[in-house]
Amino acid sequence: MHQHTLSVLVENRPGVLARIAGMFSRRSYNIHSLAVGPTDDEHVSRLTIVVGTDPVHLEQVIKQLNKLIHVLKIIELDPAESVQMELQMVKVSADASQRGDLFALVDVFGAEVVDVDADTVTIAIAGNTGRLGRLTPLLETYGIREMVRSGTVAIARGDRSITDGSKLRLQRVV
Amino acid sequence: MQVTGAQAVMRSLEEVGVDVVFGYPGGAILPAYDPLIEADLTHVLVRHEQGAVHAAEGYAHASGKVGVCIVTSGPAATNLVTGLCDALMDSVPVLAITGQVASTAIGSDAFQEADVLGITMPVTKHNELVTSVERIPGAIREAHHIASSGRPGPVLLDIPKDILNQSFEWAWPQHLDLPGYRPTVRGHGRQVRDAVDMIAAARKPVVYAGGGLVRAGAGDELLDLVELLDLPVVTTLMARGIIPESHPRALGMPGMHGHYVAIQALQEADLLITLGARFDDRVTGDLDHFAPHAKVIHVDVDPAEIGKNRHVDVPIVGDAKVVVGQLVKVARDRGEDAVPDAGAWRDHLSEVKQDHPLWCKQPDEGVIKPQTAIQAVHAAWGDDAVYVAGVGQHQMWASQLIPWSRPRQWINSGGLGTMGFAVPAAIGAKVAVGRDTPVVAIDGDGCFQMTFQEIAAAVQHDIPVAFVVINNGVLGMVRQWQTLFYASRMSETTMGQDLPDLVKIADAYGIPGLRASHVGELESVLSKAAAITDQPVLVDIRVDSDEMVFPMVPAGGSNDNVIESADEWLTMAIADTTEAATARERANHDAGLGRIGRELREGDN
Repeated sequence: MHQHTLSVLVENRPGVLARIAGMFSRRSYNIHSLAVGPTDDEHVSRLTIVVGTDPVHLEQVIKQLNKLIHVLKIIELDPAESVQMELQMVKVSADASQRGDLFALVDVFGAEVVDVDADTVTIAIAGNTGRLGRLTPLLETYGIREMVRSGTVAIARGDRSITDGSKLRLQRVV
Repeated sequence: MQVTGAQAVMRSLEEVGVDVVFGYPGGAILPAYDPLIEADLTHVLVRHEQGAVHAAEGYAHASGKVGVCIVTSGPAATNLVTGLCDALMDSVPVLAITGQVASTAIGSDAFQEADVLGITMPVTKHNELVTSVERIPGAIREAHHIASSGRPGPVLLDIPKDILNQSFEWAWPQHLDLPGYRPTVRGHGRQVRDAVDMIAAARKPVVYAGGGLVRAGAGDELLDLVELLDLPVVTTLMARGIIPESHPRALGMPGMHGHYVAIQALQEADLLITLGARFDDRVTGDLDHFAPHAKVIHVDVDPAEIGKNRHVDVPIVGDAKVVVGQLVKVARDRGEDAVPDAGAWRDHLSEVKQDHPLWCKQPDEGVIKPQTAIQAVHAAWGDDAVYVAGVGQHQMWASQLIPWSRPRQWINSGGLGTMGFAVPAAIGAKVAVGRDTPVVAIDGDGCFQMTFQEIAAAVQHDIPVAFVVINNGVLGMVRQWQTLFYASRMSETTMGQDLPDLVKIADAYGIPGLRASHVGELESVLSKAAAITDQPVLVDIRVDSDEMVFPMVPAGGSNDNVIESADEWLTMAIADTTEAATARERANHDAGLGRIGRELREGDN
């Protein structure tokens, strides 16, 4: 089982996420993570879906996604040819005496302290899944109160773009 | 001009060329039923919403046009689910319009509210909740286009009652707003040439013709291809009639209950020319053993079907009519070089066909074998008629035994296997084909009881369908599996031939009801029924309850193991138990599998 990162442009319509999630569940495909947000075009949203599947089923996933009327374009992003990032926020237990060590750790990882309370510190870190994975165990020694991850977002390296080769015309004369 | 949303629905349906709708009124759709009175549309009032969608399917199957049904919100919309799923599985163009509670009430668990968008998402090609009155014409134009283009399928529009009641300045959209929907029509030129090369090099080619050819109206093109290159053809359950059964190259139906020669042709082939078919499990059996020597050309309008179940050597995405036309043109330009050297193969298949006919032991008098009944039905109504079946043994026998002569002559529920399909679908088909073409519903007694209330619609709207029930008093196909796989422990499969009395049912609906109980009267009863063309007629044919459908490849089994008769089955089962008094039997017993060999077991699907 290999993880594949798909970038999907969809029409920004009510229910489009339900269509995609429903397709995955009814065909027994496994979504590892899913992130969705707007793009520079207000009519278009972009999803980044990380799928755990073998290559044969990946082809089916892409084809079945393509059958959804509101899906405009799908590309697979090779990890070597793309930048993949995720945002993680972790709230750990730490009183004033522990902050020094914790802040040093945050510095080493290039993370950021985004909130401090009497006995908690909230840390944000952005980066690839590996980087996030290395910080988390170190924070566990303090006691993790809660954490949240955004799911991966990804973009191709170099001058390639998901909009290449297909001008996305939202009005089409038939 | 100012119109209401309800008027816009009617006008939009007229604009896209709809002339008949099957429906059932109710609270949320009431506004649309008012302008229906003046609309240039025929409305058929069904007796259950499932009947409306199956009738729309039957209409679409028979005509190739989009079948339309219109019902209210909540329970009416949920009653469409089975038919929508059926239409999705068999690629039937259907447009369903459902009323919805007022947009201000959505989400409040209002009376007769259901999340129809959510419920029907997995059973439609596309669906939409219409959120403004101005959207109605565009939504209907797009829904009609999506339903009928590419791989056809059901599209549902859910329209809240307040939107039907609002007014707006009528405007018909000048273009479709579907940037993410661009079905490929024409096959890739190089792939088409590669396919022609591959056919020319084959020694054992077979055309594996599927329902996509019927949907695309590709009968003439298929015949051109077959005759130009002298190719044997098998036709799936959904494609029966796409090439006449009388054609010398026609080998019949492949699959679980297919003709022996058709199954064998796929198993021995070195090339499958797959046209609008989808390697369904009922055709392939165990995929690992299906057509083991064959390369595969796969033509389909749906790219997702290509490579889904079977590796493909030459994939061609495109409309079957267009692509087969392209294949014919390229092959014709090449002349003799395009024709494969397959004389020995064709001779071999002719021999296999001759040596392995379908057969049944019909006594000269007394009990009617269901196969005899089906053949007598065909004899009575002839090649002009359209035949519509339900699901089960009667369906398999009809598909096997009727010598299909043209596309759209055979209508049935294939992918979903929907019992209850025949009665409403036959009504829809009859509306489509008109008075001069007979439509015969060949139904089982189990199926018939699921939807026979629609006879009332046939009577009320003067739709003279012949309903012929192959009445064995049992759920025949399930009982067959119980006989074969569950040591004849018949669990809940007996219904009784007299319950209900079908002749009295006919009487209650005010139509002629006839019964044939023994073989001597079969022909005269059916010719009497066939002579009734001005009103619906119901025929009850009492048949042998124990007859089983053969040939048979048990589900999930290899197509190399075709069992051609009950006798052969019993012989194998007995041989299996006598020679295996040993470890395997014990292992089977421990696994709770009884004494029957692996190749004779039920399988998991």
